[in-house]
Amino acid sequence: MPDFDSAINELRLLDDISGKDSFIHRIHPVAKLITTIIYILITMSFDKYSLSGLMAMFLYPIFVFSSSGLSMKNGLYKLRYVLPLICLVGIFNPFFDKESLFNIGMISVSGGTMSMLTMVAKGVLCLLSSYAFVATTAMDSCCAGLRRLGVPNLIVALFLMTYRYVFVLIDELSNMLIAYRLRAPEHKGIHISAWGSFLGQLLIRSMDRAEELYNSMELRGFEGDFRYAGCRRLERSDILYMLILIATFVMARYINIARVIGGLFV
Amino acid sequence: MHMSDALVSPAVAVGMYALSSACAGTSIKKLSVSADAPKLPTMAVSAALVFAGQMVNYTIPGTGSSGHICGGVLLAALLGPYAGFLSLAAILAIQCLFFADGGIMALGANMWNMGFYSCVAAYFLIWRPIIASAKGNPKNTRTRIIIASILSSVVSLQFGAFSVVLETSLSGITELPFGAFVMLMQPIHLAIGLLEGVITASVLVFVYESRKELIKDIPENDSKDQKRTFAQVIAILAILVLFTGGGLSLLASSNPDGLEWSLFGNAENGYASNMSLDEDNFGVTGELTQMAGVIQERTAFLPDYGFKQSESQAGTAISGIIGSGIVAIAAVLLWIICRRRIKK
Repeated sequence: MPDFDSAINELRLLDDISGKDSFIHRIHPVAKLITTIIYILITMSFDKYSLSGLMAMFLYPIFVFSSSGLSMKNGLYKLRYVLPLICLVGIFNPFFDKESLFNIGMISVSGGTMSMLTMVAKGVLCLLSSYAFVATTAMDSCCAGLRRLGVPNLIVALFLMTYRYVFVLIDELSNMLIAYRLRAPEHKGIHISAWGSFLGQLLIRSMDRAEELYNSMELRGFEGDFRYAGCRRLERSDILYMLILIATFVMARYINIARVIGGLFV
Repeated sequence: MHMSDALVSPAVAVGMYALSSACAGTSIKKLSVSADAPKLPTMAVSAALVFAGQMVNYTIPGTGSSGHICGGVLLAALLGPYAGFLSLAAILAIQCLFFADGGIMALGANMWNMGFYSCVAAYFLIWRPIIASAKGNPKNTRTRIIIASILSSVVSLQFGAFSVVLETSLSGITELPFGAFVMLMQPIHLAIGLLEGVITASVLVFVYESRKELIKDIPENDSKDQKRTFAQVIAILAILVLFTGGGLSLLASSNPDGLEWSLFGNAENGYASNMSLDEDNFGVTGELTQMAGVIQERTAFLPDYGFKQSESQAGTAISGIIGSGIVAIAAVLLWIICRRRIKK
């Protein structure tokens, strides 16, 4: 997990860029969500040695990033959380699968090396597509889309409210940590003597705050369901966007486009 | 332990989504019929707190490194299993979408690995049985909170790590043999689980001492701070003395103790004869020692921890009780004498 400052910065950055206006931003969240899920499912279904087949799948994130003005650098920066586990699992493949698949000049490429590279490529693609969805969809629209898809109200409302309160509590905890560090400048983390009280104090305060929040929501007429802004109907252009992209993904899954293009020159 | 999309096959991802959705559906259903279900803001604020709390680093004494909490057991203890599971699912969804920690398709697997085991399974199998049977005094409850937190965290993380191995292996992603992968994952998660358990226990004990009503399953009669009086402590100690002196002495071994055995017990192996030792005529011989032996024989009314000329078990038991009493009286006298000297 990131530290407090970078977490807050990342959340605020996403909040800002998801509210921008572009062709991709204007697509209905349900269409974008379904497209993203199908894209990830198709990416995951590629054979473990099919690195060349996966290459065509890079076109989708590149298309979304360039059409919406997203920074590829910010997207790739997110890889720092998922890449270690992927590498941990994949690093052993070359040792256990030593069978040679093909030779590049004098270098023999083993199945384990190919499966490791394919796994990393899949990780990068899945992450970039998820990021492209989140960075081009405002939170309210995203929740409205989830409700349209039949996700229960409690889950959506909880997700939205947690997201809103994450900002508040990260801010508060960050201030507490600064106060702690000023009093104990030599400590790298929270000393064992304060393990319970540090988070416990905030927890008790937060519980009281939640009670007050609930009372204020009740007084304003909250009946268990939020009204989401920007909740429009699914239009023909949204469906067209979704269908064209899904058809492209399916085609890329069954036709190795990279190999076909390569075949033209060899 | 967040799995990414690259580590699961579509079939496994869909299967894990089905399991987690079933768990979420059951949770929603249970919460809708429960009268004391936590309110939405309580769940949201708790989830946000755990989310933020995951960023706090706790120094591990003596190692120089630090760790953080995952918070599943903490949420279950505060909100109950169903609300806890949903809150953790919300945390995982935010982590996956906004921090790319996990993946959209692996979210079902992550909810199961981190949410189901810590919030639901560990709650029903470990947390509730231990906490609900607390005897009603704070010390006992505190101990139970510590034990339940550590056990729940360790067990749920072990199961979670094992599920990661199972899901990755079923997906056919890794060439790493199943056994080797298990050996890679389980030990490290044992250490993580212990740390998670201790931090969770610290936070929950603090909450218990400040606002015990915030923790689930604390018995209702857990209100009196039943500190034992001095007389009660003495009475308990007396009973313990009687039990150990009288009861356990019946189990006293008739075999020699370690020192005796080392000198005489292995006589069969020729050690005693080799060392020219004889149990009856062993030790320093001389007038003074013989006199001391005679005095001891006459004054000792419980020779060799039994009545004189008695081999009965009752004799051994009673000698235990009397012996303990004498030691206790001697200790009290010693304490009085020392105190008087200090006062002077």
